[in-house]
Amino acid sequence: MTVLANSLIVLTIVVGVIFTLVTVIGILRFPDVYTRAHAASKSATLGVLSILLGVFFHFWFNEGHFSIQLILGIVFLFITSPIGGHLMSRAAYLSGVKPTVLTVGDDLAEVVKKARQNQLPPREDE
Amino acid sequence: MKTNDVILQTTTKVVFFIIFLFSIHIFFAGHYSPGGGFVGGLLTTGAIVLLLLAFDLKTVQKALPFNFTIMTGIGLLLALGTASGSIFFDVPFFTHAFSHFNLPLFGETSLHTAMIFDAGVYLVVVGAAITMIQTIGGDT
Repeated sequence: MTVLANSLIVLTIVVGVIFTLVTVIGILRFPDVYTRAHAASKSATLGVLSILLGVFFHFWFNEGHFSIQLILGIVFLFITSPIGGHLMSRAAYLSGVKPTVLTVGDDLAEVVKKARQNQLPPREDE
Repeated sequence: MKTNDVILQTTTKVVFFIIFLFSIHIFFAGHYSPGGGFVGGLLTTGAIVLLLLAFDLKTVQKALPFNFTIMTGIGLLLALGTASGSIFFDVPFFTHAFSHFNLPLFGETSLHTAMIFDAGVYLVVVGAAITMIQTIGGDT
């Protein structure tokens, strides 16, 4: 039973570390800000969640301490980390960062263009 | 162009309560584990700052109708009152007291006057930090 519990802990932490490493490689290798945000907000979230889950299992099985704070941290990261990626990508798009030349579709461009035309009078701070 | 913050605002409505409850937990657990009035106050400030980021300065002032300058004063008075209350019992300044009480819902609970001092620290930290941020962020 102890071997099973310990291998579960090791498995979750190793998966978390591998996903975090993949995140770093993705941020270094991807061509533009949107693909990098895609790498950072998805796999980093899963990596950190997995590490926290492993720590939670360790304290639960080996120390007998059921840590509510770690569960709260997992829920909190799961809610907030994709929102952070969304807000950064949106801010980058609205301030005019061009996507890579490999991009085939851009649905948001028409919406932004229409919204900028409808706006009366045009503001100067954009 | 017209901004559309529905994702940020909806998330803020949930996340605010998580941060606020965690700050209350940190504040009350400060006697036996890491935490206390200062960290709890800073976490509450962080929750209010998140509200300020997602909503308007006026909306937040309407939702939390406190005068944060007066809150700082109340916190200082609490801390000073706890410290000077010991004079009336003929013991040195800042002497704290504690005892065990049998509360109806919590059972056997140890209550300490350092808690009231910590509440003063909490109110001073929240009041001062929010006053600074409102003063820098606002027009007036």
